[in-house]
Amino acid sequence: MPQTAIPADIAKLGFEEALQELETIVRNLEGGKGKLEDSIKAYERGAFLKQHCEAKLRDAQMKVEKIVLGPDGAEKTQSLD
Amino acid sequence: MSEIRSPAVASNLPEYTVSEVSQAVKRTLETSFERVRVRGELSGFKRHTSGHCYFTLKDAEAAMDGVCWRGTAMRLGIKPEDGMEVICTGRITTYPGRSKYQIVIESMELAGEGALLKMIEDRRKRLAAEGLFDAERKRQLPFLPEVIGVITSPTGAVIRDILHRLADRFPRHVLLWPVIVQGEGAAEQVAEAIRGFGALPEGGAVPRPNVLIVARGGGSLEDLMAFNEEIVVRAAATSRIPLISAVGHETDTTLIDHASDRRAPTPSAAAEMAVPVRADLIADLQRDGQRLASALTRALSERRSQLDGLARGLGDPRRLIEDRAQRLDDWGDRLKLGLTNWVQQRRAKIAESAGRLMAFRSNAARRFEREDKHLAELGGRLRRCMTALTERLARDLESLGRHLSSVSYEKVLERGFVLATDAAGHPVQKAAETHASMALRLHFHDGTVGATVTEGAARKPARPAAVSDAPKKQGTLL
Repeated sequence: MPQTAIPADIAKLGFEEALQELETIVRNLEGGKGKLEDSIKAYERGAFLKQHCEAKLRDAQMKVEKIVLGPDGAEKTQSLD
Repeated sequence: MSEIRSPAVASNLPEYTVSEVSQAVKRTLETSFERVRVRGELSGFKRHTSGHCYFTLKDAEAAMDGVCWRGTAMRLGIKPEDGMEVICTGRITTYPGRSKYQIVIESMELAGEGALLKMIEDRRKRLAAEGLFDAERKRQLPFLPEVIGVITSPTGAVIRDILHRLADRFPRHVLLWPVIVQGEGAAEQVAEAIRGFGALPEGGAVPRPNVLIVARGGGSLEDLMAFNEEIVVRAAATSRIPLISAVGHETDTTLIDHASDRRAPTPSAAAEMAVPVRADLIADLQRDGQRLASALTRALSERRSQLDGLARGLGDPRRLIEDRAQRLDDWGDRLKLGLTNWVQQRRAKIAESAGRLMAFRSNAARRFEREDKHLAELGGRLRRCMTALTERLARDLESLGRHLSSVSYEKVLERGFVLATDAAGHPVQKAAETHASMALRLHFHDGTVGATVTEGAARKPARPAAVSDAPKKQGTLL
């Protein structure tokens, strides 16, 4: 598993897109087609995607807030007890 | 009332204060009409700023005042309007300040069987005709929303159920927009909350939700009426954020359910629709990671074995030459051997042919020899037959000769007989054959003489005339 920073284009991806791309990469790799260089590149990208997805899952925390309208009608939030 | 009874006045009617009477009436009324259902038409409906509502209930003959306190008004299923035929449930009381009796409403429903349902159905048809419920308006919910906006009451089981289910499945950032969910103003608040969430800017101070849940617990048809209000239905249909409706229980359907992108049977189910299960995703991800690694490993090992296979196929160049050298040797040998064989084969063929010729020849010679012998034998036998035949003929001839000679006329002649012949030499054996003067020749055994017949023939054979000629030499018999 590469420990280098996740490429920016992957970091931008939502969990679902990243997961979909990861699945596509895995399926392609499992198909056993394509050039070796491409396979290795695809693997590296897959590894980054997995890392990204894991981070997304790891960071899942419940945060519950309540909308409070200010006197000017603007929305603000405050923690919900 | 004992405290206001004056025992001092015995004959007269007791004297009451107004308050006492009105209180007494109030008590009497309240105990007599503890709870009633009254049907009538609404008129003069007024909502006070305090939130309490005042109106008159009337029919063709009579009218009575009605009041609906703020707390109750908020929970009313219907939005009361003048002219509505309603059935009110409540208690009869008086307002001592005016001593007017009135009904204090606990609930209000539209009069007539299914009147409310019919009203909702009519509204549904009208909004459907506008296309608000069209299937193509429905949007896909995001797979994993970052922020979930929940529109419901801040108290009660609904928000707790949603938060609980979200925490179980996938903890997310939840924004609650608190609203009242029934009664006066509920519809407006819900509609405003939907619009308000949609109006939040991307990246603003308040994070914009990726999905909305509009939820309310179960209740009567009237309880759920706010979610049948047109203002709510329109807000849901035009929500800028995908929206899940979860109003009432599974069997309840409100108009917002038709307009929302997904309808959840319960608030918990809405939470399930909103987020996937985190543990499942982690497991999926792990599995994908393993597949990724093993796919690459397999790809590498496949290529390794492919390479090995090809390398094997390429072969050892030395072996390549050796093989060819061996084949060359082999074929060279076979070439040489082939020529020798060829010659030998032909030689053998010639020898065989010669042998067959010889055999034929000796066969023929033997046959000739055999034929010769046979011929010789036949010749011998022929010769022998001829010899035998000639010998036998000779013998026969001799014996015949002897026999002949024994019977020859010459012998007869020897014995003294004479043979007469005519001039031509033919024997003359009868006298009748003679005539006078006929010349005869008389043959004796020792010679021939001529004679002439002197006398003609008589009855008796004449004796031969005298021989006229000297005996002649005997001629040949034949």
